[in-house]
Amino acid sequence: MKFGVVVFPGTWSDKDCFYVIDQVLHQPVEYIWHKDTDLTGFDCIILPGGFSYGDYLRCGAIARFSPVMKSVEAFANAGGLVYGICNGFQILCESGLLPGVLIRNDHLQFRCEWTSLRIENSDSPFTSKAEAGQVISVPISHGEGNYFADSATLDEIEKNNQVIFRYSSPEGCIDRENNPNGSLNNIAGITNREGNVLGMMPHPERCCDPLLGSTDGEVIFRSISDTLLKLTS
Amino acid sequence: MKFKAEIFISLKPTVSDPQGMTIAEGLKQLGFESIDDVRAGKFIELSLNAKTISECNDVIADMCERLLANPIIENYRFEITPADR
Repeated sequence: MKFGVVVFPGTWSDKDCFYVIDQVLHQPVEYIWHKDTDLTGFDCIILPGGFSYGDYLRCGAIARFSPVMKSVEAFANAGGLVYGICNGFQILCESGLLPGVLIRNDHLQFRCEWTSLRIENSDSPFTSKAEAGQVISVPISHGEGNYFADSATLDEIEKNNQVIFRYSSPEGCIDRENNPNGSLNNIAGITNREGNVLGMMPHPERCCDPLLGSTDGEVIFRSISDTLLKLTS
Repeated sequence: MKFKAEIFISLKPTVSDPQGMTIAEGLKQLGFESIDDVRAGKFIELSLNAKTISECNDVIADMCERLLANPIIENYRFEITPADR
């Protein structure tokens, strides 16, 4: 199995993602420059966090037109696993690979803090090693992570169990108090309808090493490698 | 012909606008008590070449749909004026 970490101008979490795949999962991983278009040989494409193109116009709005994105769309449409974190989530929404959009945090603050995430759906290639209802501690770092979709879209993603993570209390309680940015239904991460594209605002790649205070993020990366292992064996 | 387009992008009324609300608070603190509501948006000015104003219209609408605005959360309108004398 081989992972690809896409690097746009302004991406900043690429090295963290690379580190997790290389040093924690011990799996092959390569950087993919945003002008590259050949994704042959890759099994999972990660769009890391950052401020691609300076967040100009709207977060992710320009990055979605980078040459690599046409290939990422084809890769996703063919069933490949695509995983967008933070700015990567914003890019996936702007490109239409995921429904909805991330808007300015309702309190206007940039929030860099630990959050608790309740895993809503463990029947996903990205959470297969976790249990539904499990709460993990993962940091956020964003100013525009307020998930928004029109009510019809929201109903649909709820009905299809596309919500994978919700912001919660450490005990798993979903309420306004434990919503760090105003996201509808406390949504922190969703998949597409088919389930092979995941976007989330929190940064699990920043909590896969005991040195960083938590290894709760590992379960996501281990789920992905487990899924790929099953697919390729 | 050269044209100038002025494009106004605003959040849809159903999307909350914390920036606008914060501006409203600031204005109230300055004493502008009459403030009812503030919505903040984007203004983009661009110049382009087109054969006719209607062609220009189509091109700008396409730009708005595909990049300048996100139709999930934003509305747009624009004004086109000939830039040639």
